[in-house]
Amino acid sequence: MITLENVTKIYQSSNGSVTAVDDVSLHIKEGEIFGIIGYSGAGKSSLIRMLNGLEKPTKGNVIVADRNIANIKGKELREARQEIGMIFQHFNLLWSRTVRENIAFPLEIAGVPKEQRLKRVDELIQLVGLQGRENAYPSQLSGGQKQRVGIARALANNPKVLLCDEATSALDPQTTDSILDLLVDINQRLRLTIVLITHEMHVIRKICDRVAVMENGKIVEQGEVLQVFRQPKQTITKRFVQQVIEPEETKETIAHLIDKYPRGNVIQLTFVGEAAEQPLIANLTRQFQVNVNILQGKISQTHQGSYGVLFVHIDGTDEEVAKAIDYIRQQQVGVEVITDVQ
Amino acid sequence: MFNSLLPNVQWDTIWAATVETLYMTGIAVVATFVLGIILGLLLFLTSKGNIWENRLANAIIAAFVNIFRSIPFIILIILLIPFTKLVVGTILGANAALPALIIGAAPFYARMVEIALREIDKGVIEAAKAMGATTATIIWKVLLPESLPALVSGITVTAIALVGYTAMAGVVGAGGLGNLAYLEGFQRNHNDVTFVATVLILVIVFVIQFIGDFVTSKIDKR
Ligand SMILES: Nc1ncnc2c1ncn2[C@@H]1O[C@H](COP(=O)(O)OP(=O)(O)O)[C@@H](O)[C@H]1O
Ligand SMILES: [Mg+2]
Repeated sequence: MITLENVTKIYQSSNGSVTAVDDVSLHIKEGEIFGIIGYSGAGKSSLIRMLNGLEKPTKGNVIVADRNIANIKGKELREARQEIGMIFQHFNLLWSRTVRENIAFPLEIAGVPKEQRLKRVDELIQLVGLQGRENAYPSQLSGGQKQRVGIARALANNPKVLLCDEATSALDPQTTDSILDLLVDINQRLRLTIVLITHEMHVIRKICDRVAVMENGKIVEQGEVLQVFRQPKQTITKRFVQQVIEPEETKETIAHLIDKYPRGNVIQLTFVGEAAEQPLIANLTRQFQVNVNILQGKISQTHQGSYGVLFVHIDGTDEEVAKAIDYIRQQQVGVEVITDVQ
Repeated sequence: MFNSLLPNVQWDTIWAATVETLYMTGIAVVATFVLGIILGLLLFLTSKGNIWENRLANAIIAAFVNIFRSIPFIILIILLIPFTKLVVGTILGANAALPALIIGAAPFYARMVEIALREIDKGVIEAAKAMGATTATIIWKVLLPESLPALVSGITVTAIALVGYTAMAGVVGAGGLGNLAYLEGFQRNHNDVTFVATVLILVIVFVIQFIGDFVTSKIDKR
């Protein structure tokens, strides 16, 4: 659905040039939710804005739904844009228009006759759950409701792709989750390809199928979300993964535990998918001569399955502990013996 | 009772002068509104980072606006005498005041329009672009509606300034309440005429202010 080939974006300014996107190649499949994560200034916005031609790449090709967005302009670009919806961090609604009129705006642009427009707007209001607020002005809506209007507006012309530029970054955690649920719902119901950028791993974890990590204008790592959670390769990716699976105080706690349990081993278990749902600890104590203490743990739900981290303390003879660890390995559970904390 | 307090006031001439003032102000406001919006849009659209970014065009329009905005109105009238003669055919009467009124007020209003447009969130313009809007659509459906309250309060201020300009224009022969106050009131030393003309001008100003504030508050949904 979307292919980027060696895309570079360089901004010229009075105090030199900035390479915001540096030779990025990427393929996004039809119907998937693809996330791009990176810290502020990584070049995420520049990248996503090239997907609908709001920025022109300095070099490279940007192919969206079989059209090279980098090369077209005028009428052709405007038509291409009607097939690419976009939502924004600050919603960007017209305050002079009601909810209904805001949602009708892209339909007016596309030249949809009035009667059909009204019908389509009503469908969209149902889709995003804004019944009863049709005649409100944006200033009378909450952040979450504003983003729902933004989503309805972006979907009005039945686009093939939805671009989300930090769409939940201005919202509180609860509202963020409800907007993310709505995006998944839309993705499944309409088979819409969604590209989203964010600096929050929570967003990636919750709804993305695949993720790319961006740093200094480059994609430094990409893959299936669960895979990236299981085996993050780059330091930056590890930091992002830690954002959601380890609370801030984990390191401190672990250091404390190692001091507290001079005997035995503190080990970190990483569960992915189905492994997270079996009675591993019960089996361990039943089958081996070991004592298992659960120290700390957290299971997160990703779009593709659950993912969990558990810190346990295992005590017993060296032989039994080794057997127990072997057993754990056979259960598709990642094991890491922690002896010290860096 | 009125007539004994105001011995020199002839109500029919007062009425005719009021109509003339309203006529000059009305036509000038409408023309200034249109011309000012066009100039203001051009100033905005050709400025840095906007749809028609063009440094040369922007500099030329800005220079034109700044020059005409800076010339004191009374001097502008005199400077425009040849132009007025050419366009209107005379330099006396209400119509003769119009070129100077419009050329004096439009650049003043154009700056206010430009400021109003700059207040619009860039993100909203960008959202319209992302939806595939043409520049015309952006102007008609985003820029003008989104800045409308500021455009209305700006034209209110401009209209009030124009009432003052018509009075000044009256002194050089343009008719209206200013002309009456000068010829009848000042030159013939009929203070009651000056007084009545002043009160009427104040009433006009208050009414314009009231209407402007009312409309602005009605359309502002922020
Ligand atoms: N219009 C622009 N002109 C000049 N530099 C820009 C512009 N937009 C972004 N940049 C620069 O490009 C880099 C990447 O910015 P951006 O794409 O907004 O990153 P992100 O969205 O990941 O925070 C930053 O260093 C930023 O300052
Ligand atoms: Mg950004």
